Amino acid sequence: MQSVKYARANTVDEAVSLLSDNGSAYVLAGGTDIIVAARERTRQVDLFVDVKHIPEVMAISFDADAGLTIGAATPCYQLYNNDDIKQHYQCLVDSAVLIGGTAIQGRASLGGNLCNAGPAADSIPSLIVLEGVATVAGPNGRREVAAEDFCTGPGTSILTQGEFVVSLHFPAPKPNSGARFLRFIPRNEMDIAVVNAAASLQLDGDTVTQARIAIGAVAPTPLFVTAAGEALEGKPLSDETIAAAAAAARDAATPIDDMRGSIVQRKHLSGVLTERVIRGAANRARGVEA
Amino acid sequence: MSDRMIVSTNINGEPVEVLASERDSLLEVLRDRVGLTGTKEGCNNGNCGACSVILDGRLVNSCLVMAAEVDGSDVETIEGMADGENLHPLQQIFLEEAALQCGICTPGFLISAKALLEENSSPTEHEIRYWLAGNLCRCTGYDKIIRAVQKAAETMNA
Repeated sequence: MQSVKYARANTVDEAVSLLSDNGSAYVLAGGTDIIVAARERTRQVDLFVDVKHIPEVMAISFDADAGLTIGAATPCYQLYNNDDIKQHYQCLVDSAVLIGGTAIQGRASLGGNLCNAGPAADSIPSLIVLEGVATVAGPNGRREVAAEDFCTGPGTSILTQGEFVVSLHFPAPKPNSGARFLRFIPRNEMDIAVVNAAASLQLDGDTVTQARIAIGAVAPTPLFVTAAGEALEGKPLSDETIAAAAAAARDAATPIDDMRGSIVQRKHLSGVLTERVIRGAANRARGVEA
Repeated sequence: MSDRMIVSTNINGEPVEVLASERDSLLEVLRDRVGLTGTKEGCNNGNCGACSVILDGRLVNSCLVMAAEVDGSDVETIEGMADGENLHPLQQIFLEEAALQCGICTPGFLISAKALLEENSSPTEHEIRYWLAGNLCRCTGYDKIIRAVQKAAETMNA
């Protein structure tokens, strides 16, 4: 491990000033990415700022009108053990249960997954389709950033010196709505996505009134594919409209060839997973198993 | 410039104060400064689960926890699993069922399985396999390990 200092922040303001005053300071939430990066020297880290003692950063609150707020460092296991999230935001559970294994889920958080900004991040497509908004605190106060606008490239984000994510907010669940996330990997567990995808739908009978689609591991950042949503909105949910949305996702994907998959495979999977998450979201909107 | 700090923690029910470096992981402090070498270092990047410990009641990889973070916390390691000379049922049944070959992964599997059975006393085979997916055995004794956990659960529920 490189020579790194540790500081515990007890308030948001303390965290902001620690992060502002130190050149290579990083937030220490679950540490499942940043400790590895510091140890393997893929990032220069002079100071860890532990934010887990700030109550707002570790809390989950739900209100049927106000929606859901999740502290950015709340570990995954608390999400999938939370009754409100299980009932109203199943798409977050889809992601949280497959980020690493049990021990990783004991520490890893949605805020950390977002800030790590991996192209294959398994929670970011879910954050996008659920209209997640990050509350960012910094030297100039607070600002809100939509999940789809957060990542700027592999490992980079809109965060500037001194800023960190305090919490994530999701709107109240809408009637007749549902969302689904899926990941393709060549094994059963513990792997990085070849492609992943999420969809959220709101239905009025058979007509789609709102649709949001996001795909991951096919571009430098997770992609919010507005064209795929537009292929469904205002139209009946049918094999034809689902195929049109899947085609839009395939077109939006600009993947690379690497050890996990080829361009051709990833383009194909973008369409297949998009179709499956749309059908899963529709099932949940109708109150049946995804 | 000194980067030493005193970390006060509770390890296997005993209060422990240890002089650690700010750059130390929990795994390094357990093994190199406290002398509890039952917790193993495998990959040192969170993939293999050999360093599994229970931190404030939750299963974690001790290589992905900074020692400074555990000040004021409770840590359970493999050394605290047996009750004196009496092995924990998981330990006893891992031996009886030969659920190990080289043994390097075994402390991690035992701690991970203990955390599982504390949360879910009658897990299905599927639930055991998913819970233990973060623990790797390169002698590939998985089937014996799964069967041992099932048998331990039955014994503990009897």
